[in-house]
Amino acid sequence: MINLKINGLEVKAEEGWTILETAKFYGLEIPTLCYKEGLSAYGGCRLCLVEIGEGPKAKLASSCTYPVEEGLVVRTDTRRVIETRRMMIELMLSLAPNSKTIQDLASKFGVTKVRFKVRNEECILCGLCVRMCAEQMGGRAIGFQNRGHKRKISTPFDIKSEECRLCGGCMYICPACQLKCQGPEADTTVCNACLTMDPTCLDYYDELQCWMYNVGRCGTCVREKPEKSDSKEQAQKSKEKQKNA
Amino acid sequence: MEVEELKIKSCITKYNYEKKALISILQDIQEEYNYLPQEALNIVSKTLGIPLIDIVGVATFYRAFSLEPRGKHLVTVCVGTACHIRGAPNILEEFERKLNVKAGKTTGDGQFSLETVACLGCCAIGPVVIVDGNYYAQTSIRKVDAILKKHRKKKK
Ligand code: SF4
Ligand code: SF4
Ligand code: FES
Ligand code: FES
Repeated sequence: MINLKINGLEVKAEEGWTILETAKFYGLEIPTLCYKEGLSAYGGCRLCLVEIGEGPKAKLASSCTYPVEEGLVVRTDTRRVIETRRMMIELMLSLAPNSKTIQDLASKFGVTKVRFKVRNEECILCGLCVRMCAEQMGGRAIGFQNRGHKRKISTPFDIKSEECRLCGGCMYICPACQLKCQGPEADTTVCNACLTMDPTCLDYYDELQCWMYNVGRCGTCVREKPEKSDSKEQAQKSKEKQKNA
Repeated sequence: MEVEELKIKSCITKYNYEKKALISILQDIQEEYNYLPQEALNIVSKTLGIPLIDIVGVATFYRAFSLEPRGKHLVTVCVGTACHIRGAPNILEEFERKLNVKAGKTTGDGQFSLETVACLGCCAIGPVVIVDGNYYAQTSIRKVDAILKKHRKKKK
């Protein structure tokens, strides 16, 4: 058994588990997108980021691919994690604004604007379809091609693949090409309709729905309890933030 | 160009049918045909038992491989940071004008393919241009004509 700490909670994990699996086992929620049970972990969407380590050495890691280590300190909801997660959602939104899955994520995590050029690629390169095809459907019909900004998913030579059995598994699992957002403002880049509807269809209330939000999101409710050593530092930081705001 | 199965097979036997030699095999095929013909990749896939999509993934990942026929001569202009500062964009433009093709394409007569690369690791002698493996250091717009002439002649 491996002992580690998640959000201050002492937990035990089996050798070979990932942080995500451990957190799930203990009922702690970490949002995921490119991770699905039954498929290998790919670490493509970075939504499942958590902060590992303490103090200035703390770094971000994707929990779906990071194996547990003895004595690891994991925090799943720090400000840094939340802000980075928002950034990832914003980036994905700029790639595939028509996806309901991603619009829902945006509402859920308080992403209300997209500062990037909207590209409408209808694919966020999460690789779910590739893994679904290869690992569950026994086909090897589609895969990643090219690299950098030209990277795309396709069949060999962009023609109908002999290996495809037309099972539809790739479409079933794709977060970008299944459900289209049907909200009242669905054709804007960020819909956020779920946020303004009453009752809201979100299963999650975050600081966006907090009455303090417009006053500068104090964040008290999401910040972990300050540990003794760096409580001073945190107090200082929040003071600075307030000043800046 | 006709793809001969035997030729491809011999490229593969040379590496003992090892899957991990895929890149070397693709390099040999490219050497032979100047590009990677679709038919050849099918043969490699069947003989080695690697899914075709994985081979295409490798072939499209590296800029050195081309899935389209290339010209007899390959002109590569470095547009990496160091060469860029020293005027590589102008040189590339000059090549485009002289050959009447855009970067990444092949001339109509099948003589020249024009490509770009981001840094060759020899920035000190930039701007660098490579034609068929010959390096030209400190090139300038004025040298473009001479370089092309030299290689046009060679084939005749
Ligand atoms: S429909 Fe074709 S490409 Fe999609 S998962 Fe099935 S076999 Fe693979
Ligand atoms: S097509 Fe869909 S499942 Fe496949 S990588 Fe793109 S977004 Fe992911
Ligand atoms: S779920 Fe971990 S990176 Fe996508
Ligand atoms: S930038 Fe051209 S060789 Fe480095």
